[in-house]
Amino acid sequence: MTARFRALADPKYLIVFLITLVLVAGEARYSILGGYDRLATTLGVCLATEIVLSWWLRGRVANLASAYITGISLALLIKPQANILWPFALGAFLAIGSKYALTYRGRHLWNPSNFAIAFLVLAAADSVAILSHQWGNDLRINLVIWAFGLAVASRARVLHVTLTYVVCFLGLALLRNAIVGGPLLAELAPITGPMYQLFVFFMVTDPRTTVSTRRGRMVVVAIVAVAESLIRLAGDFQLTLLRPLYVSPPILALAIVGPIAMWWDLFRQARKR
Amino acid sequence: MPMPHPSWQRIVVIAAFSAALAAVLLLNRRATGSAAAWDAIRLSEVAHQSGIDFVHRAPTLDPKVAHIAPHIAALGACVSVADVNNDNWPDLYFTTSRFGEANALYLNQRDGTFRDVAAEAGVAALNRAGEGVSMGAVWGDYDNDGFEDLLVYKWGYPQLLHNLGNGRFADVTAQSGLYRWMNSNGAVWLDYDRDGLLDLYLTGYFRSDIDFWHLQTTRIMQSSWEFASNGGKNLLFKNLGNGRFEDVTDAMGVGSTRWTLAAAAADFNDDGWPDLYLANDYGPEELFLNRAGKRFELAGAGLEDDSKSGMAVAVGDVFNRDRHDVFVTNISERGFLFQGNNLRINLLKELGRFNEIATGAIADAGWAWGAQFGDLNNDGWLDLVVVNGFISADSGRDYWYAMSKIAGAQGNIFEDAKNWPPIGTASLSGYERSRVLLNRSREGPGGGFVDVALAAGVTDRLDGRGVAMADLFNRGKLDVVIANEKGRALLYRNEAPGEGHWVEFKLIGTRSNRSAIGADVTVQFGGERQRQVVDGGVGFCSQNDRRLHFGLGSNGLGRVTIRWPSGETQVLEGLKVDEVHVVTEPK
Repeated sequence: MTARFRALADPKYLIVFLITLVLVAGEARYSILGGYDRLATTLGVCLATEIVLSWWLRGRVANLASAYITGISLALLIKPQANILWPFALGAFLAIGSKYALTYRGRHLWNPSNFAIAFLVLAAADSVAILSHQWGNDLRINLVIWAFGLAVASRARVLHVTLTYVVCFLGLALLRNAIVGGPLLAELAPITGPMYQLFVFFMVTDPRTTVSTRRGRMVVVAIVAVAESLIRLAGDFQLTLLRPLYVSPPILALAIVGPIAMWWDLFRQARKR
Repeated sequence: MPMPHPSWQRIVVIAAFSAALAAVLLLNRRATGSAAAWDAIRLSEVAHQSGIDFVHRAPTLDPKVAHIAPHIAALGACVSVADVNNDNWPDLYFTTSRFGEANALYLNQRDGTFRDVAAEAGVAALNRAGEGVSMGAVWGDYDNDGFEDLLVYKWGYPQLLHNLGNGRFADVTAQSGLYRWMNSNGAVWLDYDRDGLLDLYLTGYFRSDIDFWHLQTTRIMQSSWEFASNGGKNLLFKNLGNGRFEDVTDAMGVGSTRWTLAAAAADFNDDGWPDLYLANDYGPEELFLNRAGKRFELAGAGLEDDSKSGMAVAVGDVFNRDRHDVFVTNISERGFLFQGNNLRINLLKELGRFNEIATGAIADAGWAWGAQFGDLNNDGWLDLVVVNGFISADSGRDYWYAMSKIAGAQGNIFEDAKNWPPIGTASLSGYERSRVLLNRSREGPGGGFVDVALAAGVTDRLDGRGVAMADLFNRGKLDVVIANEKGRALLYRNEAPGEGHWVEFKLIGTRSNRSAIGADVTVQFGGERQRQVVDGGVGFCSQNDRRLHFGLGSNGLGRVTIRWPSGETQVLEGLKVDEVHVVTEPK
């Protein structure tokens, strides 16, 4: 009994619990999925890809918690043009596939869902947007998810990553406001939205795609926040060339900064050895 | 430490991964559907040559919301069609939305031109400080005297203008019971209780306690991007038959506050009673089923979970199934938002719901506003015109990113206009072209709709709002009239080669309301059956001619069934094609 409880209290399963909570609460209250076929597609493809590729390349079936989290994240975040399913199927395959195809020294460089969503919004902008649903802009449901999210992040020992990002976001929002003017709440508003909940609890904290030291993780996530702010300023100053990036600044900032940091960390570790 | 990968296995994985990347690129290219070079439809813009030089002007608002005034004040360009003087030639009414500016009533001169008679008719000077500004208008003979009367809905007091039959109108609002401040962007006439008198459904957009010229607060916006219910209350007024209307909203259960932008009335579930279908901005659509004129019930119908930004409701029998299907416009913006328009196929009888099937060109028409069904090439299948574009200003500046910041905010932040980033001179989904969607269903299942706008000659990039269809020149061809926000009105004359047969019906109610609004007509031809309804306002701030037009292709005309609002069913056979038939309801 105690062993089973310990297994369930594993941070990995707490994160599984948290994202399931997000899914169930959001769907029950706001129908955030837009169709169960989307969830079935992303979950099915993620799990199947993980099973096949882990067995094919590593001779054993990997733990499926990561594929489950990725499948739900993609179902929640991908908002394609009406009634098309292929972004869910291909996005799911690319997400899990990236863990096996885009590796350096045996480690994957991108958070799987971050890679898939970044690629889709950049390469398939005529078909895919990101999270048009805002879960009713409802403070109560957001507070519940933030409370559970912070508790789980603490248990999973990634709270320092989440909090560093949040503090950086708030500070940089003030800085952006000083630069671009306008209402301060407009700069602060994005972090109250659901995309950021998924971002700060499931993407930026992914232990498989964060650097090896606590201090390093905090520095990297701060750089992600700075990159995001630069993208946001590009949006404010209408730098047309960067328009593809400012449809989703945090996701794309992580997609740029995350793998560079991972590569550098792995490279340094290898040199030390 | 993971096991080293056998190289050939990893190569297979990388190849599959690369193929998936390529597939994304390929499939994305097919997503929007391309503009096709089909020449089945030809439209020629002739507004100026026809004497129509109407330009809409947006309202000026309280300085407290000056920073987003172009966003808030981006409504009010309407066009409604009616035969005002009973000469059997459709006339046009346009609204503008600035104090001191005149609405226009263009009388059809029967020679291809129109003349604005609004001033002498008494329907021009309706935009006055203290009274509000026009947002749209619908025609209906509310007193059954044989002349179409005019209801102008406003941000302000609505106005009911009684057609005196001598070319003049009398403002009868004060004694009608309709004099109450609303911020309305839609209205439909319908006879919900089938007593032979036209009732009125007025939609509320912004709350009715908001006076846009004397704002007491900036907390006027939506409380949610997608489930807002803090809008103005929709009102249903029962026609008492003595020139007065009674507010029966609460008793009938149709007082939605979901920021309704458009409503349409038709018998969607075939029970003989007109239902109400609402397109709500920042929220899901709503279908209120009429329970024998005693009350309305909000139906599930598959609408409640699909929250978008409904702008217009068009009603049409898309696949000739003798049903009223629904098309609702929404927003699509590359990268930011794919709500997609909804093409909802009516399966209420079979499944108790609508099925949403829009894809490709019909789903993505940009920031879409008005829409109407009509058979533009007389092939026997209803085509679709969609007008688009929200704010066309500085094309080098775009408000989408700035708006995306506030869109995710909590409701109490979002609903306060002062928290919205200033829009300045930026565009917001501006300079979008209108769509002309050819219905290819005659080619078999899966034919779908294809965008032929460019080939048809529809190239304007004005900010379309209202669109209406009518056979303006009595040629057996549907013409298209578009009211543009802060722009000139357009008249697209149908120049399609006249190969297909057609038939038109002008219905005159006797036991039913005289305008026959709500009458269903089903026409059989060549194995097909198509249903249309006489509308009392449909699309977005627009109304088609109440004369119904059916394209027949190369077929003759079979049985014609008319279901009058009174409940009377009339069957006509042996009617000639290529004619307008005036049908009076049997007494």
